[in-house]
Amino acid sequence: MLRIENLTVEVADKTVIRNLTLEVPKGEVHVLFGPNGSGKSTLIKTILGFSNYKVVKGKIYFKDRDITDMPINERIKLGIGVVFQNPPALRGVKLKDLLNNVLGQAKDDLGKFTKLLNLNHEFLERDLNVDFSGGEVKRSEILQLLVQRPDFALIDEPDSGVDVENLERIGKALSEYLTGGTGIIITHTGHILRYLNATKGHVMINGTIACSGNPLKILTQILHEGYGWCEKCLLIGKGEFH
Amino acid sequence: MNTSQGENVPTLNLKEFIRGVKKWTPCPLTKLPDDVAKRSLQVGIRPDEGDRSGTYFQMDDVPVFHGIKKGFEGKVEVGSMRQALQRHEWLKDYFWQLIDKSADEFTELAGRDWDDGYFVRILEGQKLTLPLQACLFVATDRFNQNVHNVIVAEPGSDAQIITGCTIHPSVSRGLHIGVTEIYVKRGARLTFTMIHNWAPEFDTRPRTAILVEEGATFVSNYICLSPVRSLQMFPAAHCVGEGARARFNSILYVKDGSYVDVGAKIVLDGKGSRGEIVSRVIATDSAQAYLRGLIVGRSEDSKGHIECRGLLLSNKASIHAIPRLDAEIRGVELTHEAAIGKIAKEQIEYLMARGLSEEEAEALLVRGFMDVSMFGLPAALNEEIRRIVESVSRAH
Ligand SMILES: Nc1ncnc2c1ncn2[C@@H]1O[C@H](COP(=O)(O)OP(=O)(O)OP(=O)(O)O)[C@@H](O)[C@H]1O
Ligand SMILES: [Mg+2]
Repeated sequence: MLRIENLTVEVADKTVIRNLTLEVPKGEVHVLFGPNGSGKSTLIKTILGFSNYKVVKGKIYFKDRDITDMPINERIKLGIGVVFQNPPALRGVKLKDLLNNVLGQAKDDLGKFTKLLNLNHEFLERDLNVDFSGGEVKRSEILQLLVQRPDFALIDEPDSGVDVENLERIGKALSEYLTGGTGIIITHTGHILRYLNATKGHVMINGTIACSGNPLKILTQILHEGYGWCEKCLLIGKGEFH
Repeated sequence: MNTSQGENVPTLNLKEFIRGVKKWTPCPLTKLPDDVAKRSLQVGIRPDEGDRSGTYFQMDDVPVFHGIKKGFEGKVEVGSMRQALQRHEWLKDYFWQLIDKSADEFTELAGRDWDDGYFVRILEGQKLTLPLQACLFVATDRFNQNVHNVIVAEPGSDAQIITGCTIHPSVSRGLHIGVTEIYVKRGARLTFTMIHNWAPEFDTRPRTAILVEEGATFVSNYICLSPVRSLQMFPAAHCVGEGARARFNSILYVKDGSYVDVGAKIVLDGKGSRGEIVSRVIATDSAQAYLRGLIVGRSEDSKGHIECRGLLLSNKASIHAIPRLDAEIRGVELTHEAAIGKIAKEQIEYLMARGLSEEEAEALLVRGFMDVSMFGLPAALNEEIRRIVESVSRAH
């Protein structure tokens, strides 16, 4: 469904993604691991087409269409959705206003989703991401994703800075949505993986994929040994982790 | 008090304008021509008098209607200023008292060629649950309208006034001068909302001064979202009593070749008095906007804050924020913050990542920028102003 070929991306005149190739077929959920600053969020914003992220080489295909130069909103219309790690604060724009713009047919489901994520009516009246707590940012982002119902979800750290109860809510919401669904999910702790069946894991080091394999095994390895072994992997050549 | 200021304001050739126009005859509001009713509605004036406690309506130089709704009689006085001066001997102590007739050429003009205006007096201790409304309408092209209004909020009273100033669709040029003297007495509370809707070749020079006594609160909301050739004002509030409060909120959408210089001045002369000046301005096309704020702290424990946010939507437009704080005694606390810029690309792209087009994203952000809930107004007024801002900003 999503195919990235030999992608090199520059941000502020600095190469952040290097010759990256990745394919996520329909029905698969892939997990992206990697140290801070390795380029995970950059990859997501590049897939979306954000203007600061310049594709200097390579192609991005979605549903067999070359979307490398497509405007952001057209990619969304094709079926891509996103949960941002650090969304900007929009003063004066209420979460409700945005949901109304995004909603379409899913209007009836809004109540169900807000309940699932334990967000009340007053929360929908608040300015988007203005003074939201860390957990509120995540739940608001996931609410927007659920309401949008995309065919392909890009989910950046849904489990960072979230307490136990909210993790469970987020986990259940994403699990319901992603079961049988397709997407990429980024996590450092892997907490979210308790709630979903991920197909494949990748470790991103310095802008490229150092190795791929069983997501839970990769996670265990990272939690025990850190990313040191990945860097070695990268030196030897592209690794397949078993 | 100096209510003029504004150093780069274009000078006007007063000979461009005319006086002595056809006189309108007084009539009930429902008898006003449809296009007049429609225009006045856009500046918050309800021709059906719905949700209002009283009304004053002036066409060019004639007060055509004034009245108080049932249930509000004996609580408030609303009518022609000229008549009120004849009725109340004491009113001369409120007329040309806060503003010097010789302050500038416009106050001089208003003193010389005076076209009436409204007198509003909320009686002691009376709390009006619905707003009063006053409309100053220019119906004749090139007319120079000079109104002079006085508002007296007697001790312990509480009221909201909506003043709408606008023109007939056939008017393209003209000059509106509005002198307004406002007295908010001990413990009274007055919310004064002024909505302007002019034309690209129209000029206006409001001159407003407010006296705020002990424990009293004055809130001004100024809204101008349509083009004007030039608009310059610098209303001044003098907080004289202990705990007196004044706040000026403004929302400006400055477009085409408009020249807009809107300031506000607050003098904190009472112990523990408070002043706030909050503005939101959007400038587009080749418009120029000046936002002046001046707070003078003269009394112990007084506090003041100026906040100005500007959004530039065009490379040819300009916004100048000029905040000034004068602390004249120890123990005052004055602050300001100003931020001017264009819409952040990051914010537009965030919304596009939810499927909005670039134009839709920009419109949503612009509307959000003009969100009036930060003014902390009564709920109904907040909703009403929000609707006006929405309808006008959508039309652009
Ligand atoms: N808009 C930008 N302007 C300048 N530098 C950027 C920008 N976006 C990303 N970068 C830089 O690109 C590099 C990769 O950042 P990215 O956010 O993709 O990392 P990440 O893998 O998501 O890290 P984390 O785990 O901390 O979220 C970093 O050095 C970052 O500072
Ligand atoms: Mg990141």
